[in-house]
Amino acid sequence: MAAVPELSIAAGRANGLAHQRIAFFAMLAFFLLAPLVAYPIFLMKVMCFALFACAFNLLIGYGGLVSFGHAMFLGTAGYASAHAAKVWGFQPEFAILFGTASAALLGLVTGLLAIRRQGIYFAMITLALAQMVYFFYLQAPFTGGEDGIQAVSRGRLFGLIDLSNPWAMYALVLAVFIGGFLLIHRTVHSPFGQVLKAIRENEPRALSLGYDVNRYKLLAYVLSATLAGLAGATKALVFELASLTDVHWTMSGEVVLMVLLGGLGTVFGPVVGALIIIAMENYLAQLGSWVTVTQGAIFVICVLSFRRGVIGELGHWLKKPL
Amino acid sequence: MEIFGIPTQALFGQLLIGLINGSFYALLSLGLAVIFGLLNIINFTHGAQYMMGAFCAYFLLSMLGIGYWWALVIVPLAVGALGVVIERLMLARLYKLDHLYGLLLTFGLALIIQGVFRQQYGTSGIPYAMPGELAGGRNLGFMFLPNYRAWVIVASLATCLATWFVIEKTKLGSYLRAATENPELVQAFGVNVPRMITLTYGFGVALAAFAGVMAGPIYQVNPLMGADLIIVVFAVVVIGGMGSILGSIVTGFALGLIEGLTKVFYPEASNTVIFIIMAIVLMIKPAGLFGTQR
Repeated sequence: MAAVPELSIAAGRANGLAHQRIAFFAMLAFFLLAPLVAYPIFLMKVMCFALFACAFNLLIGYGGLVSFGHAMFLGTAGYASAHAAKVWGFQPEFAILFGTASAALLGLVTGLLAIRRQGIYFAMITLALAQMVYFFYLQAPFTGGEDGIQAVSRGRLFGLIDLSNPWAMYALVLAVFIGGFLLIHRTVHSPFGQVLKAIRENEPRALSLGYDVNRYKLLAYVLSATLAGLAGATKALVFELASLTDVHWTMSGEVVLMVLLGGLGTVFGPVVGALIIIAMENYLAQLGSWVTVTQGAIFVICVLSFRRGVIGELGHWLKKPL
Repeated sequence: MEIFGIPTQALFGQLLIGLINGSFYALLSLGLAVIFGLLNIINFTHGAQYMMGAFCAYFLLSMLGIGYWWALVIVPLAVGALGVVIERLMLARLYKLDHLYGLLLTFGLALIIQGVFRQQYGTSGIPYAMPGELAGGRNLGFMFLPNYRAWVIVASLATCLATWFVIEKTKLGSYLRAATENPELVQAFGVNVPRMITLTYGFGVALAAFAGVMAGPIYQVNPLMGADLIIVVFAVVVIGGMGSILGSIVTGFALGLIEGLTKVFYPEASNTVIFIIMAIVLMIKPAGLFGTQR
């Protein structure tokens, strides 16, 4: 199913890629310089959500699969890494790896079920599976229920670097974010990514060409879940907390909103979308439920008259895919 | 008296709660199925519209002194009219696009509606008094049956069957089914299909609001009463498959009962049992129990 009207990445077009390189270095410079004027903790939150949104975009923008349950990967990885760091005393790098691996495993199990249906059924199934995972964490003893896992120690990276220093933590989050971002970029431009796009454009044709469509879809789904998990595991260390908020369906909706606002299927859209939404939540936090109302309004406006999103519009205006 | 070590009072009590929940699952999944059939849109606002139904009944009672029975008539019409406005102003502009956008739009609308009500009324429920005629209950010998709950089950079943009858057995229903199959052809025969689509959406929304009015005296009136419920109803829809009207009614009631039984025998799983059943059904029959894959 063609979720995106016109795909912005015309792969292999050298001049389009040059623009993307410039945009990439602009983004890198932004995250390197921004802590001079903004709170590092806010920027770390933005980067975690940007990676989360990029992972989601990989699935919807390139695979054409709309997951409405991506919070389950963010939250699972958060709980797993927080538990590993706090209770088992894992070093931070192993805690993050453990959290990411847990999300990947959950992605494999739920993916095997969800790819059996397409389109909006896929969305409903992922939402329902995520709700099941939510109730599991609500009742499981190790998650601390409504309190979550609190006071997780960030520990020492590789046993050497003390992550309670905000700059050390910032560098780690930046490295994780850039690494994940580049991995997604690489995936999209690989032969695997090309097959994914072929499936999204015309599934029967890809099938008739001999591609095992379901295996490609499952692989894309697991990869997306893994990267969402990486974001969640890192986020748990940043905030020294894993809580139910990250598994709730509102979080699944939020990541959809970030990608929609930034631009479905664009390279940089999810990052911009995450920045805008997190900034909005930060500044409107004291307004209570009006944040939800604003998010809903952005959804409605985006769907009715702004379907390309911020970066999609920009790319359209520059006639260059971003 | 005990069955499998469970006191019969508790067993039948939970089965009754299961039937009540099942009534709401059936009404809501029926509305979703009717809307999906013609509009190809999954109405994410359904839960919010159910909640609005309950709130409208509460407003009618507290502000205008209009009681439950009139609310059962007025509220579905009012909320359904609002649904017609939403369809005309927003959904109608999305039919040529991917179905995904309908889902996103209705999700956004649900966030707006629930956010506004939550801002005004918080998250604690507001009690809605049971209509005097249905207060009390009767002793059936093996259990105590409150009159209101019996009424909810009967009314919901009757509404579901009436809807099934209209869609499957009347001329109007045959137009509807034909337009589901091939809207262009039906339009060519002189049926006003866009108006039919609008009214269908209004009807689906009215069903949700009707369920909301009936839910008020049981669950209290709460801004978030529909938010989690709608996800369970989605699972019900996946289990039943959306191909058949009767299928969604049967699945709704059956899953309510199964949920009730789970509360008796293994309460820890009562929140998740419907999702687990969904996973099993997906493994065995991906199209759903009554559905056809399309």
